[in-house]
Amino acid sequence: MTSTQPAVELAGLRKTFGPVTAVDGLDLRIAPGEVVAFLGPNGAGKTTTIDMLLGLARPDAGTVRLFGGDPGDAVRHGRVTAVMQTGGLLKDLTVAETVRMTAQFHGRTRPVAEVLARAGLTGVADRLVGKCSGGEQQRLRFALALLPDPDLMILDEPTTGMDVEGRRDFWQSIRADARAGRTVVFATHYLDEADAYAARIVLVRQGRVVADGSTAEIKNLAAGRLVRATLPGADQAALAALPGVLAVEVRGDGVLVRCDGSDAVARHLLTRTAARDVEITSRNLEDAFLALTTADTTGA
Amino acid sequence: MTLTSSAPVAADRPARRLPALGGFSPAVLAIEIRRLLRNRRTLGFTLIMPAVFFLLYGLPQRGQELPNGRPVTAWIMISLAVYAAMVATTSAGAAVATERALGWTRQLRLTPLRPAAYVATKVVTAMVLGLAAVVVEFGVGAAAGVRLPVRVWLLAGLAAWLGSLVFAALGLFVGYLAPAENVMQYLGPVLAVLAMLGGLFVPLDVLPHVLQQVARFTPVYGVGQLARAPLTNTGVGLAELGNIVGWTALFGYAASLLFRRDTARV
Repeated sequence: MTSTQPAVELAGLRKTFGPVTAVDGLDLRIAPGEVVAFLGPNGAGKTTTIDMLLGLARPDAGTVRLFGGDPGDAVRHGRVTAVMQTGGLLKDLTVAETVRMTAQFHGRTRPVAEVLARAGLTGVADRLVGKCSGGEQQRLRFALALLPDPDLMILDEPTTGMDVEGRRDFWQSIRADARAGRTVVFATHYLDEADAYAARIVLVRQGRVVADGSTAEIKNLAAGRLVRATLPGADQAALAALPGVLAVEVRGDGVLVRCDGSDAVARHLLTRTAARDVEITSRNLEDAFLALTTADTTGA
Repeated sequence: MTLTSSAPVAADRPARRLPALGGFSPAVLAIEIRRLLRNRRTLGFTLIMPAVFFLLYGLPQRGQELPNGRPVTAWIMISLAVYAAMVATTSAGAAVATERALGWTRQLRLTPLRPAAYVATKVVTAMVLGLAAVVVEFGVGAAAGVRLPVRVWLLAGLAAWLGSLVFAALGLFVGYLAPAENVMQYLGPVLAVLAMLGGLFVPLDVLPHVLQQVARFTPVYGVGQLARAPLTNTGVGLAELGNIVGWTALFGYAASLLFRRDTARV
């Protein structure tokens, strides 16, 4: 076993489809046992990155290593499995047959009955897949991913089609496995899901990582208030010295102050300077997400 | 619905290993065959329809004899067995098209299953259905009074069955060509035309002369002649053997070419 190797190591990953650059020099390192949310708007390159990570697509440039080896090796040894958005199922097999059949394709698996129970499918084991609801089919994909007891599980928008209760149970199960040492990487565009279930959030935009940190750090990017004003020749140092100020940014005639509390900054700007058009906004995770994933000037 | 959260213990995991035979296994074959038996349309076209054809078009010929004194009903029965087997193996092979259209083959790429084991499973499944088709057709024939020496039953049955391997290759070829769920809707009529040209529905002598000449080069002709040879005692010439070998090679090569293209697409 190579437990000291990173579970996932992506370096300079790049993929274009004709004129569209889906993934644009993406670097990412995930240690064994981490639970990471891959968060970004639709079209950010999440699914393309996951395809390359699993060896389903070949990168134009860059490398993918899973546990120090190539993705094909990890798949063949059942070290990595995935719940994909597009992964198909055979409609004319029953739920249990699908799991039993897939179990034969792996070298060693958890017992079929256990996997069915863990995915909450025991009650519908003999139902034809074609007669299952979207949520049940999604849980079947999850059951198939559980079979080889993988070290790394990749989930692409895993709770699509599940009801609220199903979603909660699903994440409970994922969390239990993560505590037992499984690395989990899930792509989502639901902020609350990333916030609630990941220890680390990787924000992607236009095929690049624009922010990467613990959930708390990413939230801090968003915490507090943002004071914006027009103030030619602003004294950056004086503003930075005010209580509660986290960062000061001067853009042309404009000044942007990120702070815990906005009162002192606003009072200073309005009484001690010639600032005008003072604007105070509070930021939440949603705003941080939007700012980081849509603004043109955002750096990594 | 409930999901239990009894997580596996990472510490005492057994060592990981590759699946035996690349994932090819009797258990999977059993599920595949059960799946076929569940498919009413497939059973209708491969087991029931050819049997009904025999009762409709074969039985009225009762009492008629071939030049060598054997019953004409046997000629019709063997021809229809070849037809039943070819429909069976083509549709089982073409199931690949459905599985590609549904995205199942993509799902399989996330398992250790080797592509060759997948195709082997499809071929064996196709041949099991082909065998069932021959056995049912012969069973209906025997029940309806066809009497032949054991040697003829065996050799004709074996030829009809093994000859249908050509069409398993054709099915795979089409399956890898067109990822569509309803590919047999288009293939079915094509098979009927090929069977007609191959002399399975009527003797080729009743066709116009030019068509007869063309028919000798179509893919069903060789297998049909081979399967009926034990009955008619006419033997099998180079033309028939060449036909069988040629079409097997062509369909097999085309299927393997597309199969390789499909699996190379990473």
